[in-house]
Amino acid sequence: MKPIDHPVPYASWESRGFWEGAGRSELVLQRCTSCGLVQHRPRGVCAHCLDSANLEHFTASGSGAIYSFTVTEQNQAKGFVEACPYVMAFITLDEGPRILSVIVECDPNEVAIGARVEVDYVKQTRDDRETFAVPVFHLS
Amino acid sequence: MNSSSFPRGAAIAGVYEHPSRFSPDKTEFQIMAESAKGALDDAGLKRTDVDGLFGASMTMGLMGIVDLAEYLDLYPDYLDGTNIGGSSFVAHVSHAAAAIHAGLCNVALVLYGSTAASNSMAIGTGGSGGSKNPDTAFSAPYGMTTVGSYATYANLHMKTYGTTSEQLAEIAVTMRQHATLNPLAKMRNPITIDDVLTSRMISRPLHLLDCCIISDGGGAVVVTSLDHARDLRKKPVQILGCGEAVQHQGVGYSDILSIAAKQSGAKALQMAGVQHSDIDLAMIYDSFTITVLATLENLGFCPVGEGGDFVANGGISLQGSLPVNPDGGGLSSNHPGMRGIFLVIEAVKQLRNECDARQVPNAEVALAHGTGGTIGDKHSGATLILGVDR
Repeated sequence: MKPIDHPVPYASWESRGFWEGAGRSELVLQRCTSCGLVQHRPRGVCAHCLDSANLEHFTASGSGAIYSFTVTEQNQAKGFVEACPYVMAFITLDEGPRILSVIVECDPNEVAIGARVEVDYVKQTRDDRETFAVPVFHLS
Repeated sequence: MNSSSFPRGAAIAGVYEHPSRFSPDKTEFQIMAESAKGALDDAGLKRTDVDGLFGASMTMGLMGIVDLAEYLDLYPDYLDGTNIGGSSFVAHVSHAAAAIHAGLCNVALVLYGSTAASNSMAIGTGGSGGSKNPDTAFSAPYGMTTVGSYATYANLHMKTYGTTSEQLAEIAVTMRQHATLNPLAKMRNPITIDDVLTSRMISRPLHLLDCCIISDGGGAVVVTSLDHARDLRKKPVQILGCGEAVQHQGVGYSDILSIAAKQSGAKALQMAGVQHSDIDLAMIYDSFTITVLATLENLGFCPVGEGGDFVANGGISLQGSLPVNPDGGGLSSNHPGMRGIFLVIEAVKQLRNECDARQVPNAEVALAHGTGGTIGDKHSGATLILGVDR
């Protein structure tokens, strides 16, 4: 598998906790201390309380299981066209919510729904001096 | 009968499918205008009778519906530029029925046009670059494509229920059989299950022939009150039921196998007061083979997980238990980016007994279900139940 040249993620103030955390090699999720909801993708409020007051970030375990996946053999977009075939997957994190990512450095034929996976990070060079990384996953 | 209630008090009085599949010399709005003429002629109405304008397209942006009104030199009393993806036009018909019922307009024109093919748009495999959209910011770095999203759904369905690639291929083969009976269809050469399974893999488990084609095209639908429609040129097609819904990732816990059709279909069937066995044909958005299987299950035509058996052995062919997409669908007839309007147009033509070789005999009740966006990730669903005027 050739590495994907991931497009640089756009971090709004709502999502910077996630991307900055990845830059520190941490998988950061949001939790509402009022209702207990752990939510992904991040947003400026707890989606259920509609309130930002009790929303906190925490570092997740980085472990989960594949919910579903596809081996993408054709994608004409820059950064991906050379990387085909690559494995795009929805992963159910041990903390509860699902996350979209890719399974890297694997034989695509070994990837299966339910397989355990661990997070890793692809550091990115940016011209704005931010330190971001893209979380990716390995088979455990 | 029921000529003042919602939604039965509204009817489709005219339809037109633009015959073009490749129009490099036309614009979207030109295709919409030509389609508008076709549907108004079909109904026996004039451009100036239109007082409600509905439309969406791949490129219409902010105020796009106002741009469309200007292009057509129309001054309607009611505007609806709802864009929920390919299902938009199915939803427009129910919105039009509601607006007519409320007295906000009398003659609603629903339009679609696209030059997706002549623009060489990579609709299914073009994802995805960087984006400032807070939602795609979390999919763009991972190469989510349209077909890839549907492929994750197909993979999960196969793992959960044992659905096979051969069963999905049967859907593509049936759509192609239907297309051979449709003179306007883009792809008319018969194919076999083996042809589908040996076609190039795009995103496992979906092959090239599991994917819809890309064409240009467009269409138009005229909705008016049932009483008005009864005085017009063609036999009215009554709107019996409608529903809309969404499915998405939510906060990360939604049941992805349960698609929007489950909610919108149940609502439409209840409103119409019909059973599945009353439905003579179904127009199902077929962006991919798996879309048809998922939609039939979630609409309740078969138990969840048994869609593979339902579509096998010609189950959704013209001779099957539920004929689906007699026009050949997006898999073989046309798919200019957003296909919802053709679901309505073909359902109406079938209920008016105008479909010649591909006609479903004695069709009296039809269901149309559009999907917009991507099953597997995030999508809308809109269901319509249509019937002959009785």
